[in-house]
Amino acid sequence: MTTPTIEVTNVSKSFGGVAANKLVSMSVEPGKITGLIGPNGSGKTTLFNSIVGYHPIDEGSIKFEGQEISKLRVQQIARLGMLRTFQQTRIYGKMDCVQNMLISVPHRTATFSDMFTKYPAELTEKAEHLLEFVGLYQKRKLISGDLSFGQQKLLEFAMALMNEPKVLLLDEPTAGINPTLINGLIDRLKRANEEFGITLFVIEHNMRVIMNLAEKIYCLAHGEMLAEGTPDEIKDDQRVIDAYLGAH
Amino acid sequence: MNKENYVIAAVVIFGVAAPFLFPNYMVQISLLWIMILFALTWDTLGGQMGYNSLGNITFFGVGMYISAIVQVGMVYDVALYASPDGAALTGNFAPTQYFTGLGLGILAAAVGNVILAILLSQIFFGLRGPYFAIGTLGLALAAGELLGAWDYVGGSGGIALPVFPFDPTTQKFFFYFLCLAAAFLTFAFLRWLYKTRFGLAINAIRDDEEKADAMGIHTKRHKTVAWCTSAFFLGISGALFGNMTGFIEPLEVAFPTVTFGIFMVAMALLGGKGTLWGPVLGAFVFHTVKELTWTYLLGWQWIALGALIILNTVYFQQGILGWAREKWPETFGITVDKDMSSGSEERGTS
Repeated sequence: MTTPTIEVTNVSKSFGGVAANKLVSMSVEPGKITGLIGPNGSGKTTLFNSIVGYHPIDEGSIKFEGQEISKLRVQQIARLGMLRTFQQTRIYGKMDCVQNMLISVPHRTATFSDMFTKYPAELTEKAEHLLEFVGLYQKRKLISGDLSFGQQKLLEFAMALMNEPKVLLLDEPTAGINPTLINGLIDRLKRANEEFGITLFVIEHNMRVIMNLAEKIYCLAHGEMLAEGTPDEIKDDQRVIDAYLGAH
Repeated sequence: MNKENYVIAAVVIFGVAAPFLFPNYMVQISLLWIMILFALTWDTLGGQMGYNSLGNITFFGVGMYISAIVQVGMVYDVALYASPDGAALTGNFAPTQYFTGLGLGILAAAVGNVILAILLSQIFFGLRGPYFAIGTLGLALAAGELLGAWDYVGGSGGIALPVFPFDPTTQKFFFYFLCLAAAFLTFAFLRWLYKTRFGLAINAIRDDEEKADAMGIHTKRHKTVAWCTSAFFLGISGALFGNMTGFIEPLEVAFPTVTFGIFMVAMALLGGKGTLWGPVLGAFVFHTVKELTWTYLLGWQWIALGALIILNTVYFQQGILGWAREKWPETFGITVDKDMSSGSEERGTS
């Protein structure tokens, strides 16, 4: 049995009196695409934030490739090769797209003196290739904050690829994206998984997208893990249907 | 980029020729170079990194005092020198003593400031946005008061620096060229620095520090180095300014928070923060307006400067260069590429 890329065991997190996650356990297998669904307020983003170290967890354990990371800080976890994108897209708005890409190179091995070196031409080329991959090549010299929301989302995705993460946590990658672009995005996510070998862990509300994309899906409701299984199992799970339709 | 080299050459030629062309304004033009250094070093944090420091003047004052202590301490006991009994000693420096002291004083000011900046970074970079601004403002005010209470360096009465061993005109020329060199070094260093990975990283911190953290950038390391850079050059400027003035005391000369401390912010904003040339341009315009109003609008000079700052912050927030960039984006390389792809290699877009 291989070590899971991410292994969450009995994690709880409350904010004041609100228990956002209660004894959540789940795992993400290497090389796979794993989905996380659940109604609004069910604790999906909280779980994401716990995994990437945005806030300390109250109890439980989070392991990345077998290494306990629940006490590490955001940057340290990012440098291990686990990256997340944000629900509210976050890019460096006053820099152009190429600069956004260049600054996203992996910082795993960055030493103090690396700060004062320049970017080699290969990296600019790589940045341009990846921008082309997401369809932003023509706009690469524009200030990224002036791009449309959907384009910013694509840029954020390209930046994540530039970082060569082992695993990428995507918080609602298709939210706010024009429906005709969604198919292109699903395709790109799959290619990132297959061609670049990046393990994906995706929060998604769009059922069509997540059923298409993920091999395994977890469903959260009221902060607890409600169900897990293949897309087909989840689709037919009465508890999941109830949770979404408000039977709880 | 060739154009930029021409502009640099023109400024340097002006700098070298100015004391011979306008000998009567040599002190004012010396101050212009210091102002440019102020605006450039403020912009490293405020413009490039998005941390609006209102306390950078601290490094100016601390540098000035470090230099004074080294210069005096090499020859005399500082406490005795600073006391009323030591008044006769200020002119008692042989040329070798004077220049060795000055050189070491400038060096100590720069290096001492870097150490101070490393320590302060541990505390102040826990603060964000307006809290950082107010925190650093408090730092500057506290530093002035603390030095005012330190009798070893003369307390609030101040301390006189060693007198230049040659005639006053030579002194003016000497410090003029030192100021020019300091401003030029600052500019050249920052111009190089902003082109390295460091430049992009501090821009990323400015645009979204949380995102920078999430991408694994060593944010703390970059912030500390940025402040150290500012502190280094501000220390040099403080040492020079103290020696040009001849007599230093905490509130008006070393830690002038409401004049120089605010000017450095105003100049960077006026020229266009976050750009290399903006602070230079801003300092030039601001200093010229300031000197002209001091000469021709005496009594109204503060009102004129205030009006300039208000115009800038209300109508012109992006500053002169920022405005130019919005007006002519193509000149600044902000263009849509007609080519669909990066060229020969087949990668295919879907």
